[in-house]
Amino acid sequence: MLTIDRVGKTYPNGVRALDGISLDVGPGEIVVVVGGSGCGKSTLLRAVAGLDIASQGRVGLDGDTITAPHEKIGIIFQEPRLLPWLTVADNVGFGLEHLPKTQRRERVAAALDRVGLADKAGAWPRELSGGQAQRVAIARALVPQPQVLLLDEPFSALDAFTRADLQDHLLDLWADTKPTLIMVTHDVEEAIVLADRILVMRPRPGRIYEEIIDDLPRPRDRQSAAFDFVKRRVLAALDRSLDRAVSVDERTEKAEAGAHSWW
Amino acid sequence: MSLASMTTVVEPATEVAVTAQPAHWSRYLRPVLGFILPVTLAVGWELAVRYGYSNGRLVPPPSVIFRTFVELAETGELQQHAFITLWRVFAGFALGVSAGTILGALTGYSGLTHRLVDPTLQALRSIPSIAWVPLFLLWFGIFETSKVTLIAVGVFFPVYLGVMGAVLSVDRKIVEVGRAFRLSGFAMVRRILLPAVLPTYVISLRAGLGLGWMFVVAAEFLGASQGLGYLLVDGQQLGKPAQIVAAIVAFAILGKITDTLLAVVTTPFLRWEDRFARG
Ligand SMILES: Nc1ncnc2c1ncn2[C@@H]1O[C@H](COP(=O)(O)OP(=O)(O)O)[C@@H](O)[C@H]1O
Ligand SMILES: [Mg+2]
Repeated sequence: MLTIDRVGKTYPNGVRALDGISLDVGPGEIVVVVGGSGCGKSTLLRAVAGLDIASQGRVGLDGDTITAPHEKIGIIFQEPRLLPWLTVADNVGFGLEHLPKTQRRERVAAALDRVGLADKAGAWPRELSGGQAQRVAIARALVPQPQVLLLDEPFSALDAFTRADLQDHLLDLWADTKPTLIMVTHDVEEAIVLADRILVMRPRPGRIYEEIIDDLPRPRDRQSAAFDFVKRRVLAALDRSLDRAVSVDERTEKAEAGAHSWW
Repeated sequence: MSLASMTTVVEPATEVAVTAQPAHWSRYLRPVLGFILPVTLAVGWELAVRYGYSNGRLVPPPSVIFRTFVELAETGELQQHAFITLWRVFAGFALGVSAGTILGALTGYSGLTHRLVDPTLQALRSIPSIAWVPLFLLWFGIFETSKVTLIAVGVFFPVYLGVMGAVLSVDRKIVEVGRAFRLSGFAMVRRILLPAVLPTYVISLRAGLGLGWMFVVAAEFLGASQGLGYLLVDGQQLGKPAQIVAAIVAFAILGKITDTLLAVVTTPFLRWEDRFARG
């Protein structure tokens, strides 16, 4: 169980990026965080990852307090951040240095196979496309078998086709070991396709504004009426979170336009 | 529509007319172009001396230089001088690189060390290194120590600056990957910082080596009885310009060889680089 208890973050320059965030995420749950730019989504993930330390409150994982990167918590950033001097296989095995070589090689090969890049094992990162590189980053984060995987807008730099492909792929990989996922995105459909729970954040200071349970049956059909219904709810919540007052009957029409402009 | 069809028609025609011809040209002739000027001058001078337009005493013709070079090599004198010079460069280079790497890494990595040490080193850097010579001679005598020290000082600064700058400019995002995998201290240096600075490091090593060759000449001008620099001084004092030029040629050859060696040895470590110009 991941516990976020009244977490606040004030940066040294005085910006209050987070205030009083409380959230419990159960094992295997998928939580997606959406919200306007600058409302503290990255700050929240970094606090959970132990890359930054919260100014107030506590982040805990099964009784451990997170104050530094934790072996059971993995993170994937918006950019793949592969190490350019390591081959694809060595990048994937980066977190397995403590294992004997043969075991490491087996795990890496299995992971690369799982993300469909077995033939790229010996390639350099510069030889990969954006989508391939991000898949390597996913493999690298998953191969140490974290209990919690954090993803900060992992697909936002990719084109729509690659993005949809990677969303399915991520769910596939998630199903292998069912880690807890906390993902930030600005793509509402992506949120609905993946989430068990969608959190809408609101800025200055960053707070959780609304929580939307997404219990559509999986795999989710983007074309279905139920999907569209959840999408409208999320977009409306986003609009409200930005104090964009919208009258009730206008909301349905504005929702479509809002999807492109709110972030 | 019509524009698109036009370009498809026009393009192949221009390609044949403009690109095909020079491509053929450049492949064989362009490298040769660079040789035209020096070869013409050399041959011209050779002929000028041979036909008596000049006696060639102060500026010996290529054939005389070549003969001097071969004579020096045959007596083994050239190899002896070259060897001692190489040894000095090597020793000074090793010292300068070690000190530059360690101090550069420390000042790049730790803000405190940077504030403590860097201002002093920057102040020392602004002293023309040759100005140290009299002091080094007083301190270390006229033998090897003072020479090697001078070379080491010359090598030190480009390496120090290169390493420090490289460590300071390592991508924060990459360092964060290391942190996310719980690397710190030595593991962070070995697995993230060191490989990240390697390309810049190689460049500063080559710059340092270049300065090493520069400073060995300065060092050997000042009271050496051996070395290629001594051959230069000796040639001047005894009025043997051919010997001077032969020594210069030896410097050029050795400098080029050592630089190429450094480049070749380091290339396998840099294959991953995503460079603008490769190969
Ligand atoms: N390192 C930092 N130093 C100071 N302020 C920061 C820093 N990182 C983020 N902020 C500020 O904190 C707020 C939240 O940022 P962030 O968490 O990156 O938002 P999001 O990811 O939701 O776009 C923003 O106002 C941003 O300017
Ligand atoms: Mg962000």
